[in-house]
Amino acid sequence: MTDHAVIAPSEAGILRSYIYDPKFRGIFFQLLTLITVVVVGWWIFDNTVENLARSGTASGYGFLRGRAGFDIGQALIPYTSDSTYGRAIFVGFLNTVLVAVFGIITATFVGFIIGLGRLSKNWLIARLCTVYVEIFRNIPVLLIIFFWYKGVLDSLPQVRDSIALPFNIFLNNRGLAFPRPIWGDGAWLIPLALVIGIVATMVVARWAKQRQIATGKQFHTVRAGIGLIVGLPFLAFLAAGAPLTFDYPIAGRFNLTGGTRILPEFVALYLALSLYTASFIAEVIRAGIRGVPKGQSEASFALGLQPSHTTRLVIVPQAMRIIIPPLTSQYLNLTKNSSLGVAIGFPELFSTTSTTLNQTGQAVEAISIMLTVYLAISIATSLFMNWFNAKMALVER
Amino acid sequence: MKKTLLSAAIGAAVLGFASAASAATLDNVKSKGFVQCGVNTGLAGFAAPDSAGNWTGFDVDYCKAVAAAIFGDATKVKYTPTTAQSRFTALQSGEVDLLARNTTWTISRDTALGLNFRYVNYYDGQGFMVPKSLNVKSALELSGAAVCVQSGTTTELNLADYFKANNLQYNPVVFEKLEEVNAAYQAGRCDVYTTDQSGLYAIRLGLSNPDEHVILPEIISKEPLGPAVRQGDDQWFDIVMWAGYALVQAEEFGITQANVDEMKNSTNPDIRRFLGVEKDTKIGTDLGLTNEWAYNIVKGVGNYAEVFERNIGQNTPLKIERGLNALWTKGGLQYAPPIR
Repeated sequence: MTDHAVIAPSEAGILRSYIYDPKFRGIFFQLLTLITVVVVGWWIFDNTVENLARSGTASGYGFLRGRAGFDIGQALIPYTSDSTYGRAIFVGFLNTVLVAVFGIITATFVGFIIGLGRLSKNWLIARLCTVYVEIFRNIPVLLIIFFWYKGVLDSLPQVRDSIALPFNIFLNNRGLAFPRPIWGDGAWLIPLALVIGIVATMVVARWAKQRQIATGKQFHTVRAGIGLIVGLPFLAFLAAGAPLTFDYPIAGRFNLTGGTRILPEFVALYLALSLYTASFIAEVIRAGIRGVPKGQSEASFALGLQPSHTTRLVIVPQAMRIIIPPLTSQYLNLTKNSSLGVAIGFPELFSTTSTTLNQTGQAVEAISIMLTVYLAISIATSLFMNWFNAKMALVER
Repeated sequence: MKKTLLSAAIGAAVLGFASAASAATLDNVKSKGFVQCGVNTGLAGFAAPDSAGNWTGFDVDYCKAVAAAIFGDATKVKYTPTTAQSRFTALQSGEVDLLARNTTWTISRDTALGLNFRYVNYYDGQGFMVPKSLNVKSALELSGAAVCVQSGTTTELNLADYFKANNLQYNPVVFEKLEEVNAAYQAGRCDVYTTDQSGLYAIRLGLSNPDEHVILPEIISKEPLGPAVRQGDDQWFDIVMWAGYALVQAEEFGITQANVDEMKNSTNPDIRRFLGVEKDTKIGTDLGLTNEWAYNIVKGVGNYAEVFERNIGQNTPLKIERGLNALWTKGGLQYAPPIR
């Protein structure tokens, strides 16, 4: 470095010193990258606008206020063919969120069990869990979705030969129909009681922890919590005079009418996504637990903690720090894979938006909406998981 | 040029836009040596690959007619199978030169989608198919039924309108691909299958037990099916549309694939003009083609009646009657403007 400074500054020398200057080089390449990105981005935008103008198609987002005119098989909010395209897309969005949330919960649960199972000392359990992981991890998720869907359609009976289960529940290849609860007057007491129960449980848990720190005495927080969260709403239900009736599914000429129905498309997509993602989560869990040094459990045993306490208080908290970041990726994958539901006709975001696209011809707009929504869902999930990760991270003293 | 290339590369990846819709489609087609034709992914009688992998069908013959008009060779066609969802994007982006895919002509497709329709190769209407075992006699009895339908079609919209107008309830079961709708209907996921009646006939053939399904008498919509091209290229539009009218006109003149050479010696000036043997005729060259264009079409695929009977008529498994698609002289709607 000092060599350059001594040499008399000729023109070539100055240029050379710039080339070898790490700071200048850094700025130069960053600028080059930025310019490339901006130019390419502008190019795409400009070409799209130009091609759209040339093809004579309508553009803009005004079409979202137009009447959709098509029906959707499963809607969580009131929707008819008179609703707008915007609402149709929103119905799809809610269905995507529904399957993603249920899928994530189930996949985490199953993944945890399988992941722990692979670490089991029981030969049979460990091998069965390995077989599960290897099967589901190595088959494309679309195939698993089709497997469940064809499985549901072909193995369950036709609607006129429905399997009648207790409590007026019917199962056939058009889904699971069960009585829909209709809440009467005073039903608002029940959710109120539930909220009170949850808050009270939190208070009790706090008190129990402080008492344990102060006196060392333990308190059965879980039992008290269940009593509060289940018992209080139940008392409220009785106090309000049991304001509950049911709308039962009845066999009509073609279908079961009335009641609530879970569509086979939903079940197939939900099962496929859950079981597929669970195989990856199992591996993440196993890696996380293996990642905790053996000395930790040895030290814990040496202190006289029981095996269950060792797992719960020593191993899992440390394993979580390894598990959470890759777990986030799995959650995002599951959410994005839900768009494959279009293949079996589940009306999720991709499905309703592409129907809208086709009815209106607004390809660029519809795809930009999908991109934005999926991005927003993913970023929201990431933010939540980052927050959770920060909370679980090792607090250094 | 560079711009088009880049937009092709990036646009294809990002937005599914293959290339800019350029103005002179005919020149483009001539220079590449074939017509790129968007067809159905598989609808018996209309467009489906046979056991040897060759595309055949009513719509496919239409693509061949256009190729024959341009090149004098009906085989110079390449086919792009398109779904109900992808068909318009494929055409708008220039991936296909024309769309001959049992597509309904509507005003919004003509305007907002930037397409052009004019010639109708098949006058259709939407119908319903149900299993015989349900004992349904009329569509008005269908309240409460689960209905299978393909998404993104006019069918889907007509269905919603019809049930709403008649105050009937239904559960839509919607798939993007025809094959999936068929499979769901076959599996009993729904009670009713709805699409254009011609399509129902074709689909019924593909079921494992065609005799156990019945097509209801109601026709709930007008479905004029025809080829479409992009807006903004009138010459190409004219060629594609007049190729269709040439088929109809040939039937009216009684010119067939077999007798077309003989007809060249006809003394009827209308026929002589049509086949390009009248002196100083400019009809073909004004289209941007040769004066033998109509001769080539008939030589290549026959007239409208021959195309109809070969693919979907009484001697085929579909057994569709001419009905609305008879010539105007026989009480149908097939009518070609004068070719002179």
